[in-house]
Amino acid sequence: MIPTRTEVLRWLDDVKDPEVPVLSVVELGVVRDATVDADGTVSVTVTPTYSGCPAMRVIEESIRDALLLRGAPAVTVTTVYTPAWTTDWMPESARAKLEAYGIAPPGAVAASEDLVPLRRAGAAPRCPFCKSPRTQLRSEFGSTACKALWVCAECTQPFEQFKAI
Amino acid sequence: MHPTPPAFVEALQRIGDDRLVLGHRTSEWCGHAPILEEDIALANIALDLIGQANLILRYAGSVEGAGRDEDALAFFREAIEFRNALLCELPIGDFAVTIVRHFFHGLYSVLQWEALSRSTDATLSGVAAKALKESRYHVRHAGEWVIRLGDGTDESHRRAQEAVDALWPYTGELFMQPADEAELVAAGLTVDVSLLEAPWRAQVDDVLRRATLRAPDAGWMQRGGREGRHTEHLGHMLAEMQIVARSHPGAQW
Repeated sequence: MIPTRTEVLRWLDDVKDPEVPVLSVVELGVVRDATVDADGTVSVTVTPTYSGCPAMRVIEESIRDALLLRGAPAVTVTTVYTPAWTTDWMPESARAKLEAYGIAPPGAVAASEDLVPLRRAGAAPRCPFCKSPRTQLRSEFGSTACKALWVCAECTQPFEQFKAI
Repeated sequence: MHPTPPAFVEALQRIGDDRLVLGHRTSEWCGHAPILEEDIALANIALDLIGQANLILRYAGSVEGAGRDEDALAFFREAIEFRNALLCELPIGDFAVTIVRHFFHGLYSVLQWEALSRSTDATLSGVAAKALKESRYHVRHAGEWVIRLGDGTDESHRRAQEAVDALWPYTGELFMQPADEAELVAAGLTVDVSLLEAPWRAQVDDVLRRATLRAPDAGWMQRGGREGRHTEHLGHMLAEMQIVARSHPGAQW
């Protein structure tokens, strides 16, 4: 059975990011496109979040497994680097899922910023737990390449934010 | 029209080896950084740098066409075959040395990736545009620390100034344009790194001024890494970095 492109994209929406399991690889923007050949071969184009993202290999395998499991006769996964991945691609629905999961969603990517600004141009994220806007950056780097560490001054809960990049 | 592959392979190795060697050096902080947040930050930066090296060296291997992949280039070359700038291979030193080096090299990286993102080579420009975003993040982290250390306590100021003085003679090499890249630059594939020195210096001076630190007077600049003439430190570093791959060739995770 040859799947349609719409079916393929729906199937891919079930493949979650291994490190942020509430987001699918489609919502994350890692899947750039999918096409189906006349013989049923599915070609998926992906782009990495970060150059060194250790989850990329797992993501590619998960994509292949998910499509083969659902009956795609053959799957190829191709990596592209252009255009470079940005959190601006993340839809509002995905941002809401992130916050509900306890990760503050990314703000908009600042257009042009001083290289060493000392002060942050973007607004601080609200606490995903108590929703207070009184939050402080603890570290620009978190448990994975894509997250920063914050702490809420109101409820004292540490939390992570998806970095705007 | 594609220019002579050997020169392009060499140019790609210069770009990739800088990130591989600096990335490995940075990973030495994992579990040893002064505070937990910095341990995580440095490990993340190391990961980004090694990721960038991975992409560039994989491409270098495919342009070379001799069957070498990124692992072969990383783990089965000798020190004399590495093309990184000497700045990247120096020992990590104290936290000030690490931060100042990241600042110097990170700023160079932002300028280099920015220029390479306009390369006529689609793969190189794509990787550069991606790496540029990461390098901006790195230089912000390092730059803020330079200011905090320089304008901090007497001891942090002293150590930061010593780091600037010790590393300065290794910064000149970043901007020495290798002669064999002339054709590549003319074809728009790579960039003339000598053009990056003035904007680099302006940014460095701005941050050092805010950090109450000073750049040393012009003096002798070390060189050799781009041609494979390295300090004694690289061999020791490679011995550690390469031992697992060389002890178990072809091993899979």
